[in-house]
Amino acid sequence: MTVPMPLIIGVTLAVLLGLATFLTWFERRLLGLWQDRYGPNRVGPGGILQAVADGVKILFKQDWIPPFADRGVFVLAPAIGMMTVLLSFGVVPVTAFWSIAGNLNVGLLFVLAMMGMGVYGVVLAGWASNSKYALLGGMRAAAQMISYEVFMGLSVLGVVMQAGSFSMRDIVLAQSGLWFIVPQVLGCMVFMLAGVAETHRLPFDLPEGENELGAGFHTEYSGMKFGMFFLAEYAGVVLISALLATLYLGGWQGPLLPPPLWFGLKTGALVCLFILLRAALPRPRYDQLMALGWKILLPLSLLNIAATGAILLLHAPG
Amino acid sequence: MIVATPPRPADLRAPDTMFAQVTRASTPAILAIEPTRDAVPTVWIARHDVHDVLARLKQPDTALRMLFDLTVIDERERTHRGNQPASAFTLVYHLLSFADAGDELRVKVPLPADRPHAPTITDLWPNANWYECEAWDLFGIVFDGHPFQRRILTPPTWVGHPLRKDHYARATEMPPYSLTEDQEKREQEALRFDPGQWGMRRHSANTDFMFLNLGPNHPSVHGVFRIVLQLEGERIVDAVPDIGFHHRGAEKMGERQSWHSYIPYTDRVDYLGGVMNNFPYVMAVETLAGIQVPPRAQMIRVMLAELFRIASHLVFYGTMSQDVGQLSPVFYMFTDRERVFEIIEAICGFRMHPAFFRIGGVAMDLPVGWDALIRTFLDHLPKRLDEYEKMVMRNGIFRARTKGVGAYTLREAIEWGVTGPGLRACGLEWDYRRRAPYACYDQLEFDIPTATNGDCYDRVVVHIAEIRQSLRIVRQCVDNMPAGPTKADHPLTIPPPRARTMHDIETLIHHFLNVSWGPVIPPGEARGCIEATKGLNQYHLISDGGTMSYRTRIRTPSFPHLQMIPLISRGAMIADLIAIIGSIDFVMADVDR
Repeated sequence: MTVPMPLIIGVTLAVLLGLATFLTWFERRLLGLWQDRYGPNRVGPGGILQAVADGVKILFKQDWIPPFADRGVFVLAPAIGMMTVLLSFGVVPVTAFWSIAGNLNVGLLFVLAMMGMGVYGVVLAGWASNSKYALLGGMRAAAQMISYEVFMGLSVLGVVMQAGSFSMRDIVLAQSGLWFIVPQVLGCMVFMLAGVAETHRLPFDLPEGENELGAGFHTEYSGMKFGMFFLAEYAGVVLISALLATLYLGGWQGPLLPPPLWFGLKTGALVCLFILLRAALPRPRYDQLMALGWKILLPLSLLNIAATGAILLLHAPG
Repeated sequence: MIVATPPRPADLRAPDTMFAQVTRASTPAILAIEPTRDAVPTVWIARHDVHDVLARLKQPDTALRMLFDLTVIDERERTHRGNQPASAFTLVYHLLSFADAGDELRVKVPLPADRPHAPTITDLWPNANWYECEAWDLFGIVFDGHPFQRRILTPPTWVGHPLRKDHYARATEMPPYSLTEDQEKREQEALRFDPGQWGMRRHSANTDFMFLNLGPNHPSVHGVFRIVLQLEGERIVDAVPDIGFHHRGAEKMGERQSWHSYIPYTDRVDYLGGVMNNFPYVMAVETLAGIQVPPRAQMIRVMLAELFRIASHLVFYGTMSQDVGQLSPVFYMFTDRERVFEIIEAICGFRMHPAFFRIGGVAMDLPVGWDALIRTFLDHLPKRLDEYEKMVMRNGIFRARTKGVGAYTLREAIEWGVTGPGLRACGLEWDYRRRAPYACYDQLEFDIPTATNGDCYDRVVVHIAEIRQSLRIVRQCVDNMPAGPTKADHPLTIPPPRARTMHDIETLIHHFLNVSWGPVIPPGEARGCIEATKGLNQYHLISDGGTMSYRTRIRTPSFPHLQMIPLISRGAMIADLIAIIGSIDFVMADVDR
């Protein structure tokens, strides 16, 4: 069964952007539910058209670039942020037959590379804004995202070792017996924390840190450029959830239900978990975040690699 | 049961009080001893002696003495001064001692009308800094040797000293206001921060620190409050709090409102404290007028004040957790606060600013069913507090963000004029409701919660424990509410008693005058002081025998608390500063008045 590539790309893009827009509303409703209030419930059934209303509003806002900003970079930054997230989806297999490049033999490395690029979106935004709050946000983003990239890369190595491949499709197929969350529970936890830090969401939303920095790196952004950051953040949440589902929860595999639904269910549940994290946790301080990364997560992920390697060696045939 | 021992005026003059110390050691320096209505010993000291006298009072071994308040009285238009020494501007120092039981001292210094100046006491008490700036700003008193005397409440471009009697008090006394472009530029320029002015160094010849303008509009400064930060990376080298954006001239308004019609203004000073602000004001007026408030009114007052303490502390709790990034608790706590407001609305008819207290009592009796309403709430809140304990106080990240952050010692707290939960978080079991029980606090049982480290976490701990104690007090009020009138039967109460107005012309005339002009309060000075939500709140009133106050001094707790921010935030990170600001529990209206 082959699906034409342009159709796959088109559908993936449409679903992703739609999902990110939907999430802007869904998160607020969910937070409202957990915080004993309603959230946006006026536009459309249950308020679902709120996302559309927001989109219209944000599109019609004056597209303002502060006179003190570095124009070119200022415009480029949100595009980088959005682009890297969308490109990463290229290698995520929704099912065995439905993916843009799920079989890419360096799939996982590609994702990591794209995330590395994504840092530029935030850092350049903070730099180009030429404002102190944005600069502080950008500085935090650089330190946080680069550090957490290290643990993210190390944490997935266990999966790669077990699956014997960087291809996302092969990784999912390798989980047909047992989901990797069981043998790789340590790696999964580290990956998840690093994922939260990569998407800079509470509790690791220090680059934005509204209580401290106003809006952090995107303080000076308005209109659709701000909208891009906003959507890229939600697309990032979906991406990390999709990656978690793919790498640790067996991807599209599951009994009874059709594979795309399984993939959607797993990803959706993880997105809700991300939102619950935001509802529940306060934000650590910058140095505490760094200490957590380098003093706890780094040794843990190294331990994970060593243990996985040792066990694989012991069970190696011959 | 903890037995409260109310201090009697006689105790104040016992040996080793500050008053005794001053009168014994510096007899030649004393110009006069002023008898006061409020039993706070008051001595007049000449300008050239005052620094010595105050320095002796604050010796290292007796350092548990706080500069509680420092203010000025413009005496130039006052007629009823009694035997007080001649003075155009009187400096008033109010000292408070924690070492002894029930010891306060007011030191007054007469100053001439022409270029009034006095020695600074910033070398004795660091919190004198802002108070002296305020005295310069509002009265034009120069303090010799002050490190940086500047306008603190009015804009730097202001002309004149607003609290002087010859300064206009109303917009109608002025030509219409206009703002030209040049003027606007000048005003903008005046707000520019000049680090050199504050004695801040450059990092080195080629590099400079980053100066970050936090506020006046910033999500975490709880109102309009600016802090200029000198930063090295994210670490705070120095901080300069800039206040005055919320200054509304509450003290000046006091001189233009009748004794009665000023009550609603007080509500808006600590706008989270509601009737808690009426309390010291009406207490001071009642002391001046010699009104005895009936027991039922006393207990209604205490009950409402404690309900407002709960409401205010809930806001503190919620915003504090939000300041360290926790999104949800604030919604739960505001929901609970709404339940407090339901009770307050049922009793007073208003939510945040009920202005329910009256000179001589309260506005009206309690409505039918009030007790059931409160009892439901009393049963409801403790369970919720237990949940919040789990959600906020036992949260690892919250602890990491607040423990050991923004700590000050007991000695520092007293040197900087800290009162209320911030003082008790340093381990001093000291509460004005216990130390000098006003209203009916002597009949109520409650504990004084304390903590030991004086950091952000401990300040939250004390606040939460106080909510529980307030619940206990409210329950006792509900159980023991006495019967009887809710208003004193006294001609100076407002609205005046009218039962007999239709029977004799004398009462009718008094009623008419007191309603139309307001009551004439006998001349004199008195203060009312309470343990408000955020610390000690004191109204110092002077009547010159008129229908309006001659001078209304509002000593608010938040003012000195903010002054302390640089001390406890140096070397911390920006995120720590946010936690510190959150844990101080201030309201900008309470700072700027």
